Amino acid sequence: MRVALVTQPIDLAALVAEVVHPGTGATTLFVGTVRDQHEGRAVTGIDYEAYEPMAIRECETICAEAAERFGTDRIVIAHRLGTLGVTEASIAIAVAAPRRVAALDAQRYVIEAIKARVPIFKREHYVDGTRAWVDNRGGSVAAAASASVGGSA
Amino acid sequence: MTISVLLFASWADAFGARLAVELPPGARVADLLHELQGRAASRTLPAPMVAVNQRYATLDQVIQLGDEVAIVPPVAGG
Repeated sequence: MRVALVTQPIDLAALVAEVVHPGTGATTLFVGTVRDQHEGRAVTGIDYEAYEPMAIRECETICAEAAERFGTDRIVIAHRLGTLGVTEASIAIAVAAPRRVAALDAQRYVIEAIKARVPIFKREHYVDGTRAWVDNRGGSVAAAASASVGGSA
Repeated sequence: MTISVLLFASWADAFGARLAVELPPGARVADLLHELQGRAASRTLPAPMVAVNQRYATLDQVIQLGDEVAIVPPVAGG
Protein backbone atom coordinates (compact mmCIF):
# COMPACT_ATOMS: atom_id res chain seq x y z
CA MET A 1 0.00 0.00 0.00
CA ARG A 2 1.09 3.55 -0.56
CA VAL A 3 -0.39 6.96 0.23
CA ALA A 4 0.70 10.23 -1.34
CA LEU A 5 -0.39 13.84 -1.11
CA VAL A 6 0.72 15.45 -4.36
CA THR A 7 0.79 18.87 -5.97
CA GLN A 8 1.14 17.71 -9.58
CA PRO A 9 -1.47 15.99 -11.78
CA ILE A 10 -1.98 12.32 -10.84
CA ASP A 11 -0.65 9.76 -13.32
CA LEU A 12 -3.58 7.33 -13.42
CA ALA A 13 -1.86 4.68 -15.53
CA ALA A 14 1.08 4.63 -13.13
CA LEU A 15 -1.24 3.96 -10.19
CA VAL A 16 -2.78 0.99 -11.96
CA ALA A 17 0.63 -0.36 -12.93
CA GLU A 18 1.75 -0.04 -9.31
CA VAL A 19 -0.97 -2.29 -7.87
CA VAL A 20 -1.23 -4.95 -10.59
CA HIS A 21 0.64 -8.13 -9.75
CA PRO A 22 0.81 -11.62 -11.24
CA GLY A 23 -1.51 -12.84 -8.49
CA THR A 24 -4.21 -10.20 -9.06
CA GLY A 25 -7.00 -10.61 -11.56
CA ALA A 26 -9.09 -7.52 -10.83
CA THR A 27 -8.04 -3.90 -10.58
CA THR A 28 -10.32 -0.95 -9.80
CA LEU A 29 -9.44 2.69 -10.30
CA PHE A 30 -11.57 5.38 -8.65
CA VAL A 31 -11.03 8.95 -9.80
CA GLY A 32 -12.67 11.93 -8.13
CA THR A 33 -12.75 15.07 -10.27
CA VAL A 34 -13.71 18.70 -9.71
CA ARG A 35 -17.34 19.28 -10.67
CA ASP A 36 -18.54 22.55 -12.18
CA GLN A 37 -21.35 23.10 -9.73
CA HIS A 38 -22.23 22.69 -6.07
CA GLU A 39 -25.80 23.00 -4.87
CA GLY A 40 -26.76 25.08 -7.86
CA ARG A 41 -23.74 27.41 -7.74
CA ALA A 42 -21.31 27.45 -10.64
CA VAL A 43 -17.87 26.30 -9.44
CA THR A 44 -14.71 27.33 -11.29
CA GLY A 45 -12.11 25.56 -9.11
CA ILE A 46 -11.23 24.15 -5.72
CA ASP A 47 -8.36 24.71 -3.29
CA TYR A 48 -7.41 21.59 -1.31
CA GLU A 49 -5.35 21.70 1.85
CA ALA A 50 -4.55 19.03 4.42
CA TYR A 51 -3.27 18.41 7.89
CA GLU A 52 -0.65 16.46 6.02
CA PRO A 53 0.96 14.09 8.54
CA MET A 54 -2.40 13.12 10.02
CA ALA A 55 -4.00 12.78 6.57
CA ILE A 56 -1.29 10.33 5.52
CA ARG A 57 -1.53 8.44 8.77
CA GLU A 58 -5.34 8.22 8.54
CA CYS A 59 -5.19 7.01 4.92
CA GLU A 60 -2.66 4.35 5.95
CA THR A 61 -5.02 3.24 8.73
CA ILE A 62 -7.88 3.02 6.21
CA CYS A 63 -5.73 0.91 3.87
CA ALA A 64 -4.90 -1.42 6.75
CA GLU A 65 -8.59 -1.73 7.62
CA ALA A 66 -9.43 -2.51 4.00
CA ALA A 67 -6.66 -5.10 3.87
CA GLU A 68 -8.03 -6.76 6.98
CA ARG A 69 -11.64 -6.77 5.70
CA PHE A 70 -11.14 -7.56 2.03
CA GLY A 71 -7.87 -9.45 1.95
CA THR A 72 -5.80 -7.22 -0.30
CA ASP A 73 -3.14 -4.67 0.58
CA ARG A 74 -2.48 -3.71 -3.05
CA ILE A 75 -3.97 -0.25 -2.56
CA VAL A 76 -2.54 3.10 -3.65
CA ILE A 77 -4.09 6.45 -2.78
CA ALA A 78 -3.04 9.77 -4.32
CA HIS A 79 -4.75 13.02 -3.29
CA ARG A 80 -4.01 16.38 -4.89
CA LEU A 81 -3.41 19.51 -2.83
CA GLY A 82 -3.41 23.08 -4.07
CA THR A 83 -5.69 24.73 -6.60
CA LEU A 84 -7.48 22.53 -9.15
CA GLY A 85 -9.63 23.42 -12.12
CA VAL A 86 -12.88 21.81 -13.20
CA THR A 87 -12.40 18.20 -14.44
CA GLU A 88 -9.00 17.82 -12.79
CA ALA A 89 -8.56 14.71 -10.63
CA SER A 90 -8.50 15.52 -6.91
CA ILE A 91 -8.12 11.90 -5.85
CA ALA A 92 -7.29 8.57 -7.41
CA ILE A 93 -7.38 5.20 -5.70
CA ALA A 94 -6.19 1.99 -7.32
CA VAL A 95 -6.95 -1.38 -5.77
CA ALA A 96 -5.93 -4.80 -7.06
CA ALA A 97 -7.12 -8.12 -5.70
CA PRO A 98 -7.21 -11.70 -6.91
CA ARG A 99 -10.92 -11.31 -7.80
CA ARG A 100 -13.33 -8.49 -8.60
CA VAL A 101 -15.59 -8.56 -5.54
CA ALA A 102 -12.73 -7.87 -3.14
CA ALA A 103 -11.32 -5.14 -5.38
CA LEU A 104 -14.70 -3.39 -5.77
CA ASP A 105 -15.65 -3.69 -2.11
CA ALA A 106 -12.24 -2.48 -0.90
CA GLN A 107 -12.41 0.44 -3.34
CA ARG A 108 -15.79 1.53 -2.01
CA TYR A 109 -14.66 1.15 1.60
CA VAL A 110 -11.53 3.25 1.07
CA ILE A 111 -13.20 6.20 -0.70
CA GLU A 112 -16.09 6.36 1.78
CA ALA A 113 -13.70 6.28 4.76
CA ILE A 114 -11.51 8.98 3.23
CA LYS A 115 -14.51 11.24 2.70
CA ALA A 116 -15.68 10.69 6.25
CA ARG A 117 -12.53 11.15 8.28
CA VAL A 118 -9.28 12.13 6.54
CA PRO A 119 -8.32 15.71 7.49
CA ILE A 120 -8.37 17.27 4.03
CA PHE A 121 -10.29 20.49 3.43
CA LYS A 122 -11.59 22.23 0.34
CA ARG A 123 -12.53 25.77 -0.60
CA GLU A 124 -14.66 26.22 -3.67
CA HIS A 125 -14.25 29.15 -6.07
CA TYR A 126 -17.49 30.39 -7.58
CA VAL A 127 -18.13 32.09 -10.86
CA ASP A 128 -18.99 35.36 -9.06
CA GLY A 129 -15.46 35.48 -7.58
CA THR A 130 -16.41 34.42 -4.04
CA ARG A 131 -14.91 31.41 -2.22
CA ALA A 132 -16.18 29.21 0.59
CA TRP A 133 -14.96 26.25 2.63
CA VAL A 134 -17.32 23.34 2.16
CA ASP A 135 -17.51 19.88 3.69
CA ASN A 136 -18.52 16.38 2.66
CA ARG A 137 -21.86 16.56 4.41
CA GLY A 138 -23.03 19.01 1.74
CA GLY A 139 -23.57 22.71 1.94
CA SER A 140 -21.17 25.45 2.80
CA VAL A 141 -19.63 25.23 6.22
CA ALA A 142 -20.52 28.81 7.12
CA ALA A 143 -24.12 28.29 6.07
CA ALA A 144 -24.35 25.07 8.07
CA ALA A 145 -22.90 26.76 11.16
CA SER A 146 -25.22 29.72 10.99
CA ALA A 147 -28.17 27.41 10.46
CA SER A 148 -27.29 25.47 13.59
CA VAL A 149 -26.87 28.68 15.60
CA GLY A 150 -30.00 30.13 14.06
CA GLY A 151 -32.27 27.75 15.80
CA SER A 152 -33.58 24.28 16.28
CA ALA A 153 -37.18 25.12 15.47
CA MET B 1 0.74 25.46 30.42
CA THR B 2 0.91 26.89 26.92
CA ILE B 3 -0.35 24.62 24.14
CA SER B 4 0.44 25.35 20.50
CA VAL B 5 -2.65 24.52 18.47
CA LEU B 6 -2.65 23.88 14.70
CA LEU B 7 -5.64 25.18 12.73
CA PHE B 8 -6.96 24.56 9.22
CA ALA B 9 -9.45 25.84 6.66
CA SER B 10 -12.03 28.26 8.12
CA TRP B 11 -10.44 28.09 11.57
CA ALA B 12 -7.04 29.05 10.12
CA ASP B 13 -8.67 31.94 8.26
CA ALA B 14 -10.02 33.19 11.57
CA PHE B 15 -7.03 32.64 13.88
CA GLY B 16 -4.01 31.82 11.72
CA ALA B 17 -2.39 28.45 11.17
CA ARG B 18 -1.01 28.23 14.69
CA LEU B 19 -2.34 29.62 17.97
CA ALA B 20 -0.86 29.57 21.47
CA VAL B 21 -3.51 28.75 24.07
CA GLU B 22 -3.00 28.92 27.82
CA LEU B 23 -4.64 26.01 29.65
CA PRO B 24 -4.44 24.82 33.26
CA PRO B 25 -2.55 21.57 33.89
CA GLY B 26 -4.90 18.62 33.51
CA ALA B 27 -7.06 20.45 30.95
CA ARG B 28 -9.14 18.30 28.64
CA VAL B 29 -10.09 18.63 25.00
CA ALA B 30 -13.46 20.06 26.07
CA ASP B 31 -11.66 22.86 27.94
CA LEU B 32 -9.65 23.75 24.84
CA LEU B 33 -12.81 23.84 22.71
CA HIS B 34 -14.55 26.02 25.29
CA GLU B 35 -11.64 28.47 25.21
CA LEU B 36 -11.55 28.59 21.40
CA GLN B 37 -15.31 28.89 21.01
CA GLY B 38 -15.16 31.87 23.37
CA ARG B 39 -12.64 33.54 21.07
CA ALA B 40 -14.75 32.64 18.03
CA ALA B 41 -17.86 34.13 19.58
CA SER B 42 -18.75 36.64 16.90
CA ARG B 43 -17.80 34.47 13.91
CA THR B 44 -19.62 31.60 12.27
CA LEU B 45 -17.18 28.71 12.41
CA PRO B 46 -18.15 25.06 12.02
CA ALA B 47 -17.92 22.78 15.03
CA PRO B 48 -14.53 21.04 14.73
CA MET B 49 -13.04 17.76 15.83
CA VAL B 50 -9.83 17.90 17.87
CA ALA B 51 -6.82 15.73 17.11
CA VAL B 52 -4.13 15.01 19.70
CA ASN B 53 -0.87 13.59 18.36
CA GLN B 54 -2.54 13.08 14.95
CA ARG B 55 -5.45 11.00 16.24
CA TYR B 56 -9.01 12.14 16.81
CA ALA B 57 -9.54 12.80 20.49
CA THR B 58 -12.57 12.52 22.72
CA LEU B 59 -13.83 15.52 24.71
CA ASP B 60 -12.55 14.06 27.99
CA GLN B 61 -9.01 13.35 26.77
CA VAL B 62 -6.41 15.12 28.92
CA ILE B 63 -3.98 17.36 27.02
CA GLN B 64 -0.34 17.04 28.06
CA LEU B 65 2.34 19.66 27.62
CA GLY B 66 4.14 18.84 24.36
CA ASP B 67 1.15 17.15 22.68
CA GLU B 68 0.54 18.01 19.02
CA VAL B 69 -2.97 19.47 19.16
CA ALA B 70 -5.00 20.36 16.07
CA ILE B 71 -8.42 21.79 15.34
CA VAL B 72 -9.90 19.73 12.50
CA PRO B 73 -12.86 21.43 10.79
CA PRO B 74 -15.38 19.30 8.85
CA VAL B 75 -13.40 17.30 6.31
CA ALA B 76 -13.83 17.44 2.54
CA GLY B 77 -11.32 15.06 1.00
CA GLY B 78 -12.02 12.94 -2.01
